[in-house]
Amino acid sequence: MVPAGSRVLDVGCGDGALLELLVRDRGVAGRGIELSQEGVNQCVARGLSVVQGDADKDLTYYPDQAFDFVILSQTIQATQRPSAVLEQLLRIGRRAIVSFPNFGHWRARIDIGLRGRMPVTEHLPVSWYDTPNIHFCTIRDFVALCDHLEVTVERKLALNAHGKRLKLGPKAHLANLFGEQAVFLLRR
Amino acid sequence: MQPIRTNHAAAKQDCSFARFGEGRSLELQCGQSIASPVIAYKTYGTLNAEKSNAVLVCHALTGDQYAASSHPVTGKPGWWSLMVGPGRPIDTTRYFVICANVIGSCMGSTGPMSINPETGRAYGIDLPVITVPDMVRAQAMLLDVLGIPDLFCVTGGSMGGMQALQWAASYPERVFSAIPIATAARHTSQNIAFHEVGRQAVMADRDWMGGRYMDNDMRPLKGLAVARMAAHVTYLSDEALHNKFGRHLQDRNAPTYGFDADFQVESYLRHQGSTFVDRFDANSYLYLTRAMDYFDLAADYGGILANAFRDTSARFCIVSFTSDWLFPTEENRLIVHALNAVAADVSFVELETTGGHDSFLLDVPELFVTIDGFLRSAAEMRGI
Repeated sequence: MVPAGSRVLDVGCGDGALLELLVRDRGVAGRGIELSQEGVNQCVARGLSVVQGDADKDLTYYPDQAFDFVILSQTIQATQRPSAVLEQLLRIGRRAIVSFPNFGHWRARIDIGLRGRMPVTEHLPVSWYDTPNIHFCTIRDFVALCDHLEVTVERKLALNAHGKRLKLGPKAHLANLFGEQAVFLLRR
Repeated sequence: MQPIRTNHAAAKQDCSFARFGEGRSLELQCGQSIASPVIAYKTYGTLNAEKSNAVLVCHALTGDQYAASSHPVTGKPGWWSLMVGPGRPIDTTRYFVICANVIGSCMGSTGPMSINPETGRAYGIDLPVITVPDMVRAQAMLLDVLGIPDLFCVTGGSMGGMQALQWAASYPERVFSAIPIATAARHTSQNIAFHEVGRQAVMADRDWMGGRYMDNDMRPLKGLAVARMAAHVTYLSDEALHNKFGRHLQDRNAPTYGFDADFQVESYLRHQGSTFVDRFDANSYLYLTRAMDYFDLAADYGGILANAFRDTSARFCIVSFTSDWLFPTEENRLIVHALNAVAADVSFVELETTGGHDSFLLDVPELFVTIDGFLRSAAEMRGI
């Protein structure tokens, strides 16, 4: 999705693994913002341009359209205000790539629907009282949010547990059932 | 009263000097100028053929050019020998490191102790008041003399960090990367207040003699020592002082009910004060604390800090320390926000330490790993 030479901001970049991949292998001009100081320090020690910051508060400091791509990888469900964050992403970037664990996956539905328990799966591995994920959503929820915010979905992918793309045709509710994770390419 | 020789003037200076001759002067922000300025400096390492590996290390308030070599007066190791040296993060086997004594200081560069060519005696407080931009302008003159078109990196802590920021703002085309550590884009009123306490201590000392003490072979030792004691407390942290001294008594089992140095911390501070006056000039203390107080990068750019960095394509690494309450993380964060606002290439780390503002001088492994990583990546981009 990200061509070489693009300006990229990875929001919630963790220890910098993805950013490093993009910078080293794809020749991307990459920057990062990460909440955990430990993560930031690891990134900077790897030679990546990363600042400590909070996706909910600190995206306002970036100028409009400063980046070709803003990536929010497996982070939107941990933000305080996902809708505001999404709007900021699309202000500071021409395009946004958002990935998240899909709460609508059949395993999660069985846990809730039949067992009556909050799902603990491979991609949602932490108990409800320990998880940093406070805003779960399903693929269909996310599509609805994009609609509501008048955000254009350029591409959407459902991935299985191993990150492999699922070929499910255009039917969103199949993706919602079988996709463990989703990746969306968005623009205003 | 015993006349006292000024130790630091008599000490053998193991460094180089750039002497700007007749007709050359340093233009100052205050509108005046300093004729025929002298800049004392040390270099470590070798400049490469492309002249692309120069690193300028900027010292702090009471620092000097001996970043990685013994101090000629105290004999102590260089103030940043943990950071600068062979195999250290600022690797002198890879980079050409320059450290210059700032204008207004007292280790060989033109300052209040220098002879005023117009009067034949020391400037004293007749020297025009210098600012951080003036220090940087002098450093740029030095680089011109050394034939260095631009810097691979400019770095420093505290007042040195201010200089690094000023470099990026004043000479955007001459800075490839900047590492301002434990610093701020302006001195806060609390910072100014502490400095004022120090200056008043110096000026209240009878031996200061209106700044002309050198004419009488005197020095305001007591005043300068008190100034240093007060400043030193601001460089530490409550936790560090508690861990180091607590309420322990110095070489005694019970308080003496007097005003001797009963507590270990008192003894420590008195020692800090008395060793300081051996190596630093009182008038320089006035000038350099003033320069820090006047520093306000945003003010020179219409009050908006981001504007100072609009023209720079430098990579920045901002570093702050959790226990630094003199230049707290929040002040460093303001710099980061300003850099983000112009989409600059910036890294920002806050390191967990107990050493207070002094942390940038101490053995903090995470600091070295961070700077090392940043510089390696920058060197790769630079092709060195």
